[in-house]
Amino acid sequence: MLKKFAAYVVFNLFDLEPGTHLGEAINFFIYDTMKVFILLIVIIFFVAIIRSYFPPERTRRILSRKRQYLGNGLAGLLGIVTPFCSCSAVPLFIGFVESGVPLGVTFSFLISSPMINEVALVLLLGLFGLKIALLYVGTGLLVSIIAGIAIGKLRMEKYVQDYIYQMKVGSAEIPQQKFREKIVYARDYTKDLLKRIWPYVLIGIGVGGFIHGYVPSDFLVKYAGPDNPFAVPVAVLIGVPLYSNAAGTIPIVQALMGKGMPIGTVLAFMMAVTALSFPEAVILKNVLKMRLLLIFFGIVAAAIVAVGYLFNAIL
Amino acid sequence: MKIEILGMGCANCNKLYENALEAVKLSGKEVEVAKVEDIKKIMGYGVLSTPALVIDGVVKVAGKIPKVEEIKGWIK
Repeated sequence: MLKKFAAYVVFNLFDLEPGTHLGEAINFFIYDTMKVFILLIVIIFFVAIIRSYFPPERTRRILSRKRQYLGNGLAGLLGIVTPFCSCSAVPLFIGFVESGVPLGVTFSFLISSPMINEVALVLLLGLFGLKIALLYVGTGLLVSIIAGIAIGKLRMEKYVQDYIYQMKVGSAEIPQQKFREKIVYARDYTKDLLKRIWPYVLIGIGVGGFIHGYVPSDFLVKYAGPDNPFAVPVAVLIGVPLYSNAAGTIPIVQALMGKGMPIGTVLAFMMAVTALSFPEAVILKNVLKMRLLLIFFGIVAAAIVAVGYLFNAIL
Repeated sequence: MKIEILGMGCANCNKLYENALEAVKLSGKEVEVAKVEDIKKIMGYGVLSTPALVIDGVVKVAGKIPKVEEIKGWIK
């Protein structure tokens, strides 16, 4: 139905010829825009409601009784549904560690939370299909679990800033919203989030439509195509210091994929941008000593590179 | 009565601070609004997500930004 509507608008109202570059590009743009925004509204709304049942205080309670492995898996999963903003990273980290959540499990959470979220899922789903969306979520989870277990095994507890172990954490009851309030909150949250991300989404779709209609593609393939064994680590190295949320990376991801960069390399780049960044390092320096900070970045980056190679090999 | 805004100085914390000031102004009451940026004090309230809003020592909301109207409702 959306497809028909888009085609009607472009070929009847705008009176463009089907089959021309301009006509096809605009058709693609209108269709994708409607599809992605409908998906975004529906999914962000429902995720906001689900999230309201998993405030970080509750996630901490669940994780504080868990050990390695199971704990890492659970932390990765909870990272997807627990709302997280990088400005909360410090209180969150302290609260987790103080209440006895193992360090490696805490890191699994800290990795998955910014990297996997509903916006990334929707955009990948809408623009690249179910397979790629699920691969992103699955491997993102895998990266968070493996990196968390590795940090746990290295026994890095003494490289957490000393003051954290002397911290007294209060136990305030955070008031729970009633269901009606949750609905209102989810509605406002959806509106606010869309207000913030819509330009990126439009640019992302526009870039995709433009490439769809015009660019024959091969420029990047020459440098970052399947034949270059260093493409994945280079993409990750470029992505690590950069900071953006998932929505912001989509225009770049669209452009890179449209120009023929292989999917593993592109997803690795997207993960590196969303999971690790220079501002995040500055924030985490408050709670980690330099050595652990470097190890954290190193392990996550290495895991992302491995995932990139894996994708390129199997797809 | 005293309102405290917990948060280590992020954009969302400033937004909440402004909302609180606005709510106090609209209520016409004498209420002190203070920012709490010291992590030790923030953790003392048991808050894991910032920004958070505390009224007379009681955490009202954490991890989101309540609207001016909502905050006004809490001011007695």
